[in-house]
Amino acid sequence: MTIKQLSVFLENKPGQLAGIMKTLAEADVNIVTLSLANAPEFGIVRMIADDHVKGADALAKAGYAVRETEVVAVTVPDRPGGMADLTAKLDRAGVDIEYSYAYSLGHGEKAILVFRFDDNAKAEAALAAEQT
Amino acid sequence: MNPISKPDFTPVPELRKMQLAKLQKLIPYEYEHVALFRQRCDEKGVKPRDLVTLADLAKFPFMKKTDLRDEYPLGLTAAPMHDIVRFHCSSGTTGKPICIPSTQGDLDIWSEGAARCLAMYGITQDDVVQVSYGYGLFTGGLGAHYGAERLGCAVLPTGAGNTEKQIMLMQDLGVTVICCTPSYFLHLATVAEKMGIDFRRDTKLKHGVFGAEPWTDEIRERIEQISGITAHDIYGLTEIAGPGVAGNCQHCHGLHIWEDHFYPEIIDPDTLEVLPDGEQGELVFTTLDRLGTPMVRYRTRDISRLQTGECPCGRTMRVMDRIHARSDDMLIIHGVNVFPSQIEACLMKVPEVAPHYMIDLSSTDTMDRFEIKVEVTAEAFSDDIRALEGLRRRVLDAVKSVVGLSPKITLVAPGSLPRSEGKIKRVIDNRRK
Ligand SMILES: [Zn+2]
Repeated sequence: MTIKQLSVFLENKPGQLAGIMKTLAEADVNIVTLSLANAPEFGIVRMIADDHVKGADALAKAGYAVRETEVVAVTVPDRPGGMADLTAKLDRAGVDIEYSYAYSLGHGEKAILVFRFDDNAKAEAALAAEQT
Repeated sequence: MNPISKPDFTPVPELRKMQLAKLQKLIPYEYEHVALFRQRCDEKGVKPRDLVTLADLAKFPFMKKTDLRDEYPLGLTAAPMHDIVRFHCSSGTTGKPICIPSTQGDLDIWSEGAARCLAMYGITQDDVVQVSYGYGLFTGGLGAHYGAERLGCAVLPTGAGNTEKQIMLMQDLGVTVICCTPSYFLHLATVAEKMGIDFRRDTKLKHGVFGAEPWTDEIRERIEQISGITAHDIYGLTEIAGPGVAGNCQHCHGLHIWEDHFYPEIIDPDTLEVLPDGEQGELVFTTLDRLGTPMVRYRTRDISRLQTGECPCGRTMRVMDRIHARSDDMLIIHGVNVFPSQIEACLMKVPEVAPHYMIDLSSTDTMDRFEIKVEVTAEAFSDDIRALEGLRRRVLDAVKSVVGLSPKITLVAPGSLPRSEGKIKRVIDNRRK
């Protein structure tokens, strides 16, 4: 399933992430999960929010560089080799994973991961096709 | 053509004759009323009657900003307080201010200069002019204001600041011309964008009259591109008359100097020799008509050149190069001479970089640090770390290829660098001296 993610530019200085979180809290936006990516001089924080439209709006108004991007939420079978099967499928379809982070980790049930592929649509098709 | 523009086309022989006649009145006046000038002439052994040709001006002493500071407040004032009608002061960055008292005649000439600039830009009595320069001791606001009124424009004296209200008034009153610093206009454009206002669609703005701080051709292109207006350059300095000393016509790549009032020379800043037209050096002005605080051979510290040849517009007034560099602004970084304007030009070649940047110099225990902070535009921000890293690399390469140094390039969020409502400060130098 394709879902929206918020990506926010993070300057390399203290208090940046706290400022973003405060802005979202004040806008009453809940963060479901987030991940930080760092280059030496700057970073990007990527988030799944309960209301990404409201979140993006609040961040833009507060002066942050924010972008809504699409990622794919994938349920990983909770058994040995579950992840291996998934990556093998993607490999066969010829799609690359740009990054991935946890969306929700169920307690002993299913894990959901968020993926950004070089070609989201193609990846989704590949995953769907082999499921049936 | 507006009659106010008539002097722009004075035939050259007549112009030179007029300049000499004015100088032959000015020099004795200055010698009589200003002790410092008299003393320096006497030291050099030069007398007012030695001014026989225009070239003889080179025999007379220079004035510098330090003279204005040392003689603060009234030491260089030639007219009695009875005739003075206004003061302008500028504090500068170091200590003592300078003070320029003016007579009504001085102000009239200044207004005429500003009005002639506006007329040259194609601005007419039908235009609505918003003056967003600061009003007060700074010459920007009142200079543009009186110039526009002189031309018969409708003037909206907003001054600087309260940007959202300025944009509202601009729309409501159908403003066609804005006068402000280029950096303030960029700030205005950012605020307008946030308000969802598109200059092309939602305003009648056609002209921008920009001055008071050096700006590059690249910034001019940026301004025209984001707003759809024509950006004009107006030059002036408090010591000589404020904005309205020179301006660009639609043909020339430079600024016509109103040399019937402000006589220009270019000198070698080291040898102090006068350089022929066409050569680059420090710009020097003599005020031909000013009585309150006349300036004889005032060294502006601005690096320029008097162009040779005739301008297709037909104006006979000489054209000076746009000021890209003020010699005071030069930085010496790791032993290399660097002008902030050079760095600005490099940055503006990278389209993803917003026209806001800051040069930050500091010292560690062992060496100087050279950092440039640049804002990425909101559009250019991507979710891709490699793309941003590539952008940082391109900025670094652009700077490195021109100045030969490898500064630390820091990408910062759009809108995060300080904005200015007057002259912007783009360099922070915290190095140990
Ligand atoms: Zn011209």
